[in-house]
Amino acid sequence: MTLPLLSCLVFAPWAGAVVLTLLRRAGPAAVRGIALAFSLSTLALAAIALGAFEPSRTSMQLVERHSWISALNVHYHLGMDGLSLVLVLLTGIIAPAALLASWRITRGIRLFAALLLLLQGAALGVFLALDFFHWFLFWELSLIPAFFLIKLWGGAGAARAAYQFVIYTIGGSAFMLLGFAALYGATGTLDFVQLAQLAADGLVDQRLAALGGAWPHVVFLGVLLGLAVKVPLFPFHTWLPPAYAEAPTGASMFLTGVLSKMGVYGFLRILWPIFPAPLQAAAPVLLWLALAGVVLGAFAALRQTDLKRMVAYSSLNHLSYCLLALFAVAQAAGSAAPTGEAATAALSGTVLQLFNHGLSAAALFHCVGVLEARSAGRRGLDDFGGVRTAAPVFAGLAGITMFSSLGLPGLNGFVGEFLIFRGVFGLAPWAAALACLGLLVTALFLLTFWQRVFHGPRAGAAAGDFSDLRGVELAPLIPLVVLMGVLGVAPQLLIRLFNPLVTAWAGHPVVP
Amino acid sequence: MNLPVAQLWLIPALPLLAAGIGALTPRGGRRLAATVAIGALALSFLLSVGALITALADPAAHLVHNFDWFELGSGTLRLGWVLDPLTAFMAVMVTFVGLLIFIFSTGYLRADANFTRFFCFLSLFAAAMLGLVIANSLLLLFICWELVGLASYLLIGFWFHKPAAAAAAKKAFITTRIGDLGLLLGMVWLYDSTGSLLFFDGGAGVLEPAALDALAAQATIGGLAISTAIGLLIFCGAVGKSGQFPLHVWLPDAMEGPTPVSALIHAATMVAAGVFLVARVYPLMIADQPLAHVPVHALTVVAAVGAVTALLGAVIAIGQYDIKRILAFSTVSQLGYMMLALGVGSWVAAIFHLLTHAFFKALLFLAAGSVIDAAHHEQDLRHLGGLRGPMRITFATFAIGTMALAGVPFLFSGFWSKEGILHAAHGWDVSPLPLYAGLVAVVLTAFYMTRLVAEVFHGTARGEGAAHAKESPPTMTIPLLILAGCAIALGFLGTPAWPWLQARLEGRTEIHGHSLLEGGGLMALSILLVALGIGAGWALYGRRTRTRAAAVDPLAARIPRIFSALTDRLWFDELYAATVGRLSDGTARLADLLDRHVWDGTIRFLSGLGLFAGFVNRDADEDVLNGGFDAGSAGLRRGGQAYSRRQTGDAHGYLRVVAISFVVLVMVIMLGGGQ
Repeated sequence: MTLPLLSCLVFAPWAGAVVLTLLRRAGPAAVRGIALAFSLSTLALAAIALGAFEPSRTSMQLVERHSWISALNVHYHLGMDGLSLVLVLLTGIIAPAALLASWRITRGIRLFAALLLLLQGAALGVFLALDFFHWFLFWELSLIPAFFLIKLWGGAGAARAAYQFVIYTIGGSAFMLLGFAALYGATGTLDFVQLAQLAADGLVDQRLAALGGAWPHVVFLGVLLGLAVKVPLFPFHTWLPPAYAEAPTGASMFLTGVLSKMGVYGFLRILWPIFPAPLQAAAPVLLWLALAGVVLGAFAALRQTDLKRMVAYSSLNHLSYCLLALFAVAQAAGSAAPTGEAATAALSGTVLQLFNHGLSAAALFHCVGVLEARSAGRRGLDDFGGVRTAAPVFAGLAGITMFSSLGLPGLNGFVGEFLIFRGVFGLAPWAAALACLGLLVTALFLLTFWQRVFHGPRAGAAAGDFSDLRGVELAPLIPLVVLMGVLGVAPQLLIRLFNPLVTAWAGHPVVP
Repeated sequence: MNLPVAQLWLIPALPLLAAGIGALTPRGGRRLAATVAIGALALSFLLSVGALITALADPAAHLVHNFDWFELGSGTLRLGWVLDPLTAFMAVMVTFVGLLIFIFSTGYLRADANFTRFFCFLSLFAAAMLGLVIANSLLLLFICWELVGLASYLLIGFWFHKPAAAAAAKKAFITTRIGDLGLLLGMVWLYDSTGSLLFFDGGAGVLEPAALDALAAQATIGGLAISTAIGLLIFCGAVGKSGQFPLHVWLPDAMEGPTPVSALIHAATMVAAGVFLVARVYPLMIADQPLAHVPVHALTVVAAVGAVTALLGAVIAIGQYDIKRILAFSTVSQLGYMMLALGVGSWVAAIFHLLTHAFFKALLFLAAGSVIDAAHHEQDLRHLGGLRGPMRITFATFAIGTMALAGVPFLFSGFWSKEGILHAAHGWDVSPLPLYAGLVAVVLTAFYMTRLVAEVFHGTARGEGAAHAKESPPTMTIPLLILAGCAIALGFLGTPAWPWLQARLEGRTEIHGHSLLEGGGLMALSILLVALGIGAGWALYGRRTRTRAAAVDPLAARIPRIFSALTDRLWFDELYAATVGRLSDGTARLADLLDRHVWDGTIRFLSGLGLFAGFVNRDADEDVLNGGFDAGSAGLRRGGQAYSRRQTGDAHGYLRVVAISFVVLVMVIMLGGGQ
């Protein structure tokens, strides 16, 4: 019997959480060490998976499928394709970084680390599960640790933000659950692969129509809503700025770096393959919403004076590019024009953007966290000045992160955005043209951030004692910044993992 | 010594390596940082000369080396570099001028604490600029294009503790990015239409006939040919980078950077990248020329923008008091000339002027830097004066630069390259206006440069700095002398009698010179106009020099309103702040308000509905609503572990409800509609 690699991937962090709960008398150093080891397990196991993974095969690999609840036709089904692999790698990088960024937490470190590990396992479960039943369990279970991380370690408004976050998301999920319940009623399966196959044969629509009435619309809209809140899609995003802003740095990094990818993943894995026709019908409207997220998200960021809220809005802007590309592809699917190359570019760009945004947004939150740590929790745009004089190394790394985030060529962000624009232009030219405004405003608010905080004479919290980055503060930032540079120059390292997959997606109806 | 095209990448790679070493050099390693940067660029210069020799062996060929960057769909995205006379001349110019400016900088920044960082950024700039020059792919060109923008940003803001420098850096980056978005769109459109971004690719490149014919044959919005639309979008990038109207506002502010930066980036090389870009994609720009039915040709727009900019820059320069700003507006005006030349159909005239301008404008900036350094960072010409005596080399070289810029006949390079442009404008049959604009700008250029020389070097010192000025050290004066030599000599490579440079750029090996008397009328007119400009300038500023710093400018005394409008740069900044700035602020405010009130309200309503559907449990419902939206204020005060334990129960409660409702729904549907 071979090792169930994917199960190990998913459950290793949870095992770590259990270990931490049992070791009641371990000191903080031991707790940190154990947590880091389990957190790094993802990267190690993902490396093994990477070795076994064949990019040229576009079907699911390393599959584990066992009958679970036979009465409901529920299977324990895990599998990995290029998309999952990229997101697992991202989780493997961001989770230890988030833990390292929280290294100096003293209050309740054991619980904090355990919750972060729980969150990590839940996210991995979402990226690898292929049956709605446990996929949804992972999806919802990710909320609980996130809730407590925000609530117990967050800032002044954390209680309200945590509630808002959980309730919005559960509210959206309730609709998704309803949708899947109906879908199950209609098709008798909850397996993503089977559902996608049925959809490709046109049977999903047919069976849902047999339920009669408004059911087909209700089901689609329910699933859409659940995913839209999670990403979030404009205008379902208002939980995001307070949640990201009030969360402790490590949690913000994980939320934006990994959890925000779950929604886009859901769009790619569930909504698009299972509901291609309704998605195509809704795409013109959704395209406008994604565009609003790109443009208004950036403009809203321009207006923020709380740096964490600013970075949070930039996440909205960046993830909206992914949705823009996806909706443009969905809209054009099946049209007569030859759109294959544009669709491939758009989808490649989307997957790259997921990974790149994870790196740069997590690093940005860490930078704001460093500012907070040195100023007794201040994080206003006008609370600092001249940090570059006081802390040149910090300024340099933060600067690279910002330029990565605003899509400077040579760093990672550019390639994804270029491919998205290239693809969207071929499918919906006006949308690409309008989305350019988002690129401009992103540069504007990030450079404003940079100018007010890092440039000028030393002022505010940076006027007094303000040390440069030391030891463990560098640990999360350096790998992220190195990856930004490497992937900016050699995006092929990542693209080769999913290029055959997105090429297949762009060619015909999607079957995972 | 030949450099084969496959090794062309070494030219940008060496400065890039130097930048990497510079970044890791500690602050104390000044000598190391400077030596590495200068050594790398010197090697690049030698390699560029080798490349020029290779290119001149067969000037009509575009030697290319293409490679895969990453796989995309069933194909790959390819990048590459190209070697032809255009690339080679540019590379030689950039490395040579760059080298002199690097050497000058060792003197100019000798006392700066961040000396090593400066050379790191300069090397980064050189690498990006050279990459831009050798790119055989619009994408690679764009990547380097943005990287020179980054280097420019870092160097304008080099003295970042000064708020003005930090603001100018941001303004430059954002303003040029506006144009770059046009370039980005043009690029993706080109990619979408042709499936390639390589310029030359054995017949399959975008600048080769097959692609160009297809692009010109299809029409798009407003009856434009696709090639016209793409050409104009690409031109947007050039407008931003080359400080053309209406995006010229960033360039004068960029003078907040150290003067060697102004000389290298904001005069000689980067700002000329826009001109280079249009020249590089010239086959695309002229693809619509045979079409008679299109509403406008791409080049007509280029000519119009160039003509307006040439005039505008020269006019505003008259009313400035800061040496560097006068030179900056002069750069704007000269870049306008180059665009004008491109627009009227003579890209070789544009590149010839680009090359001569690079030398004489770098000379003027460095000489200005020498003055500023000697006068203790005084750069207001009202506070200078009388520097002719103490700074002889600086004065002599500045005078040579001035004459080259003003177009003093026969001896100076600027004369020949400007003649070429006026001649091309004269031959343009669409409209005579660019020619008129060019001729008026000739008078104005001679006038403001005469004013500058008279105010700075003649008369008496009017400030502490000027009074104690001494000639600069040899690290600064030797580059000035070499550049002055080039500002004279370079003109003779492209006179009408022996247009060697133009012939090689066009890919010809034979040279068709003609007598200077052909088209001599236009030449005589322009010589007359130069004389008029210098004469008027001398009459106003030279005969009776300024005696006090506070004295009224003679021109301001005659036309006070117009002069103050020019001093205020015709209020472009104010206009943009009142329109674009306000619009952007307003949109940001609107987005924020919508978020805080409209969307949040709607979402609360929706989530209320969701809760109603999801949670039948009344207790949970109450907890949720009260806890969530009454801000959980009681809980905040209690805090601590007890509270967390209570919440644990709640969240599990939600999940339990979710699980139960799932089962209920499944059963309802199975019993109802399912099979």
